Amino acid sequence: MATLDGNAIGGLLLEVFGTDMTDAAATCATCGAVRPLAETAVYLRGPGTVVRCRTCAGLLMVISRIRGVSCVDLTGLSALG
Amino acid sequence: MTNPPVSRGFHRRRPADEDGKLPPGQYLTDDFPVLSAGPTPHTPRPDWTFAIRRGGDTLASWTWPEFQALPAETVTVDIHCVTRWSKLGTTWRGVSVDTLLAQVKHDAGYVLAFSDGGYTTNLPVKDVTSGQAWVAFGYDGQPLAAEHGGPARLLVPHLYFWKSAKWVRGLELLDHDQPGFWENYGYHIYGDPWREQRYAGD
Amino acid sequence: MAGTAVRGRLTWQVATVASVIRETDSVVTIGLEVPGWPGHRAGQHLDVRLTAEDGYRAERSYSIATSDGEPVAITVERLDDGEVSPYLTDELRPGDQLEVRGPIGRWFVWDASDAGPLLLAAGGSGVVPLRSILRHRQRIGSTVPARLLYSSRTLADVIYHGELDQYGDGAQAIYTLTRRQPPGWTGYSGRVDAAMLAEVAWPAGQHPLAFVCGPNSFVETVAGQLVTLGYPAGRVKTERFGGT
Repeated sequence: MATLDGNAIGGLLLEVFGTDMTDAAATCATCGAVRPLAETAVYLRGPGTVVRCRTCAGLLMVISRIRGVSCVDLTGLSALG
Repeated sequence: MTNPPVSRGFHRRRPADEDGKLPPGQYLTDDFPVLSAGPTPHTPRPDWTFAIRRGGDTLASWTWPEFQALPAETVTVDIHCVTRWSKLGTTWRGVSVDTLLAQVKHDAGYVLAFSDGGYTTNLPVKDVTSGQAWVAFGYDGQPLAAEHGGPARLLVPHLYFWKSAKWVRGLELLDHDQPGFWENYGYHIYGDPWREQRYAGD
Repeated sequence: MAGTAVRGRLTWQVATVASVIRETDSVVTIGLEVPGWPGHRAGQHLDVRLTAEDGYRAERSYSIATSDGEPVAITVERLDDGEVSPYLTDELRPGDQLEVRGPIGRWFVWDASDAGPLLLAAGGSGVVPLRSILRHRQRIGSTVPARLLYSSRTLADVIYHGELDQYGDGAQAIYTLTRRQPPGWTGYSGRVDAAMLAEVAWPAGQHPLAFVCGPNSFVETVAGQLVTLGYPAGRVKTERFGGT
């Protein structure tokens, strides 16, 4: 299965955050690795969108779109921006 | 809000279900889409175990050879994914969860299936017994491929396929229902495709 | 659970197809007219949304093939079992409408102010955003040294072939054909590997900037090898394409 990267959810993040987040520095709460969202590991086409740290595979973000509302869990990030 | 423009001549590739054989909102697929919430684990079979746990205790566990020595069944079932694809007549080989739970004494009402990589999903005990669920290690006459959940996955075809946890390593017995991974993110706690229970509140 | 629930904003715009140019048997470049298009940077992409008569919708992302200042265009490769790409490559006509969202991307982009030399590595249709980088570079008169290493199955699959060979001023296209080479072929053969990259990639000591785009396996292999050659991870920008 092809794992994509954060470039693939640039549009989704634009909708959810109101701004282009692809170059935002994401700090993994599990291992501390810092990389831009564009370089994270993204799992699409499941029930929701799962974003993981490319270093430790820790969960960074989960985005579910349910009845037109996007719900974003950012607790896997210790910093974003 | 203005209506979006229709793109002339564009139509869905997959026909909507016209015979009424599918649950509402599903379409038939002839391939087998690979969906995942994380990287494919590659647990070698010599390291694989399946456990039934309750609280902090392991009530029963099997190594791969022990698991292979259990009575297994070949079943042909229809599967329905919450992302709307359905696949009819899929053939699996596995051990019935009835066989596994018969090895332990318990009065639990619910289970939380747990997998390599941290995925979990919850089900009532009555939905994984009475011949409704298996721990499957074979698909279509072959060993279950890693991308589809091998060495073994849970198979619970009467519920949406996110309940059929890939890379399953055991069942945690619970007194109360407890949301697993997708259930925590707004997916339905039970997930009956025939009542179209995709999201919490459906 | 910390997070936020947000209703979708009005980010989609209507676009009208201005032109459809066939690049190869399975690849077209679609020129779009988007009123109020804000301009775009080299390397960015946009999202396309199609709505069928019955309300069915599909969305896909495509890299922008042109540089800023040119009309926005996307290059699309037909995937035989795809739902959207065959429609775009085989059915779409000038005058047709679709919706777009974008431009998107603030990481996989190149501007004049970014240092070089540039190493651009393309696997198949991964060449699209890299071509926009080369067009932008030419348009602004940059002389930053640039090398494109472009992997395709056969010569007939090479997109923008004539154009890629005519960038002067320190830009060079190097090809490898993985499945079949024509008689007398003097380019590389086979998949990009460590030996090929060692010959083509700028030495790490020159402080190069790399952009790698294509299927997941291509990107993983090439990016990993560039890091092994001494490129800092932060100087290797990647964009992975999937199927459908």
